[in-house]
Amino acid sequence: MNSSKWEIGPIFRALMRNKVGAVLIAIQIAVTMTIVVNSIFIILERAELMKRDSGIDEANSFYLTTTGFATDFNAQSTTTEDLEAIRNTPGVLDAIQINAIPTSGSGWSMSFQTEAGEGLEDEGAAVYMIDENGLNTLDIELIAGENFTPSDIRWRAPGSPDWPETVIITKALSESLFPDENWQFALGKTIFISSNQPMIVKGIVDKIQAPWVGWSDLEHTVLVPEKTLFNSNRYFIRAEPGQRDAIMPEIEEMLASSNKGRIIRGMRTVEETRERSYRSDAAMIKILSTVMVILTIVTGLGIVGLASFSVNRRKKQIGTRRALGASQSAIVRYFMLENFLISTVGVVLGAGLTIGLNVLLVNMFSLPALDWYFVPAGMLVLWLVGQIAVFGPAKKAANIPPAMATRTV
Amino acid sequence: MFAYYLRLAFKSIKRNPILSALMITAIALGIGASMTTITVNYLMSANPIPHKSEQLFYVQLDSWSPHEPANEPNEPPDQITWTDATNLMQNKTAFRQTAMASSGGVVEPEGQDQKPFMASIRLAFSDFFPMFDVPFLYGSGWNAESDDKRELVAVISKATNDKVFGGGNSVGKTIRVVGENFRVIGVLDEWVLAPRFYDVTTGAFNETEEIFMPFYLKQDLELTNGGNTNCWKSPEGEGFQAFLQSECVNYQMWAELPTDADKAEFMDFLNSYVMEQKALGRFPRELNNRLSDVMEWMEIEEVVADDAQIMMWLSFMFLLVCLLNTIGLLLAKFTGKASEIGLRRAVGASRTDLFIQHLVETACIGIAGGLLGLGLAFLGLEGIKTLYGEFVQNLVGLDVTMVISALLLALVSSILAGMYPTWRACNIAPASQLKSQ
Repeated sequence: MNSSKWEIGPIFRALMRNKVGAVLIAIQIAVTMTIVVNSIFIILERAELMKRDSGIDEANSFYLTTTGFATDFNAQSTTTEDLEAIRNTPGVLDAIQINAIPTSGSGWSMSFQTEAGEGLEDEGAAVYMIDENGLNTLDIELIAGENFTPSDIRWRAPGSPDWPETVIITKALSESLFPDENWQFALGKTIFISSNQPMIVKGIVDKIQAPWVGWSDLEHTVLVPEKTLFNSNRYFIRAEPGQRDAIMPEIEEMLASSNKGRIIRGMRTVEETRERSYRSDAAMIKILSTVMVILTIVTGLGIVGLASFSVNRRKKQIGTRRALGASQSAIVRYFMLENFLISTVGVVLGAGLTIGLNVLLVNMFSLPALDWYFVPAGMLVLWLVGQIAVFGPAKKAANIPPAMATRTV
Repeated sequence: MFAYYLRLAFKSIKRNPILSALMITAIALGIGASMTTITVNYLMSANPIPHKSEQLFYVQLDSWSPHEPANEPNEPPDQITWTDATNLMQNKTAFRQTAMASSGGVVEPEGQDQKPFMASIRLAFSDFFPMFDVPFLYGSGWNAESDDKRELVAVISKATNDKVFGGGNSVGKTIRVVGENFRVIGVLDEWVLAPRFYDVTTGAFNETEEIFMPFYLKQDLELTNGGNTNCWKSPEGEGFQAFLQSECVNYQMWAELPTDADKAEFMDFLNSYVMEQKALGRFPRELNNRLSDVMEWMEIEEVVADDAQIMMWLSFMFLLVCLLNTIGLLLAKFTGKASEIGLRRAVGASRTDLFIQHLVETACIGIAGGLLGLGLAFLGLEGIKTLYGEFVQNLVGLDVTMVISALLLALVSSILAGMYPTWRACNIAPASQLKSQ
């Protein structure tokens, strides 16, 4: 490349005569890049979290809690009658009693291990108590083994410390419990809940998330064949496609009037539950996006302002150059190149700051580390922003007539 | 003279309306973003009980498994067991102390037209009310005797009183909760705590409970467990009582210890208690008891959300960019005024005069930016309310302190931004400027 044609030397020397303006722009570009790249990284990471599938039929499902308070309240007969009535309501695909709801943020977790005994290696997993209709109601796929049969299902009294004999686990838990085997290996094996109670793996399901969306082992989940006899019990109802909103008030009304010794509360769709659980992530994405856009505009306008100013100040010199034979494109090129030089310093500094901020975020807030390609991508974007911002003033400079050289400003 | 400078400043601002608008907007955006995030952080980290936060201590006992700590690296669990809660409450070693638990139950109002509803319940000891400065509208808390006799007495929130009794003084009336008749002994006034420091284990910004009752009733009435229940080993035996006697943690405890000596004494008491329990075969881990005052406990429980802090630091950087922008634009502007400055110098204005004149101009821009920024901060907080929903209600109010700090921040940062350009402008040699005229 012939540097004399590109006038890098004169541009550089001219810049050195007015360092402060250039330095200000370079720092601005560097800090803007730092914020933009780290924000985009956080946004993508949150978006990735929000995309995860809970494994159940979210769109058509809802749930509610029934709390008995009457002295003659009978949890077993109430549950049996309620489920019968709900399942027979037109528009309902299926319904179960369940102890916790995926993505809701509250639930039960237990430890599981492959050998009995205290202090051995274990895996935590969320526990969902369901009956033989569970797989159909939740819409999860059994990929090995068998579903529970009605005779597997038992009633759990409050404060009961023991567990049923069979369990269905997720593929992910199977892989964690038996890391050296393929996922089918767990089928038919005995695993131990809370150190030493044996359970036989009756089936393996594809996927169902634990209730805690922030948990690292989100797909560590087990299904156990139980219905609870607590004062407060929860029903999970899956509607026929498109029927959910219509049957929700209907079911609530039906349950409330069928038994005056209890209250129906906390009826909510799974979609809303999901929205609540990810609300802060969604908010973070929106806030950071806004900040990013505004910041880029501010920086762009700053470049426009300073470039316009420097064009105005150099009107006479530009006129002189034009009079001496410089073409309009030469003038445009001059300002574009000048900005390119400043931006280069900015983005190189910005690359350092970006990584620095990420290291801080990793250490202070245990965010994941930035993927390397975000840095060159950010540099490219900021280069582009600079070039776009400076194009207008440069164009204006090119339109300065050569006659300007003869005028006093 | 000041008025003259002010007039000059307005003239100068009007001469380059676009440049001035750009500067004001840049400052406003920076201030707006920073004030929004500072407000959220400031309210999240607010001291909810400033006059005695250093005398109230949260109690942690390391009753966890011999094989692993409750929390890495070696943190004790954030709650205690029923056994420890009741044992520690037997010896009233501290000036005041209360073990606590959260629960819930159905309230059945008397009238036929009112539906039964689910209410949140806090189980506590009589010291709870004086310890945490609980505001009463009618009546008072129960006394220590009611604790020990497990009397069916209740303190209800203002909202519950309105709902069940239609407001008014309901002390002495009966309220039916969890199937039992309770005597109302006190009605609270509005009690908004942000954070609700006395129990942050299920989130720091929950509301205060609707009904308060003596702690031991948990056992008698077999009340449900609220909050988080964590166990490192399964209960031995069936049923509710076996569960209470287990190593599961679901209870919180606070002690009021006015002096350092009290604190040291209470710590000794805790340690000797744990040693006794070790002799009984409990507490398999090394001695690891903790007393944290209110603000320390808020820190440990990470009450200020990470996201809020990240946003605050990003918005400071945003403000930095906006200020750099302003410095650049001011530099451009003042350099453009070189001939005017040269002229003023030539006819006798001193450098100090010019310095003050331009500082006044910068300050005007700063104040304009600050005012606009305050408006933006208000919008920003409204935006946060829409994005996060009702549970941030108490975290998004601008108070006088914040308004004044916003304006000060704008003024100081704009004057700082104006310093260098002003200094440059004043150092223009008059002769060189006049020559080219």
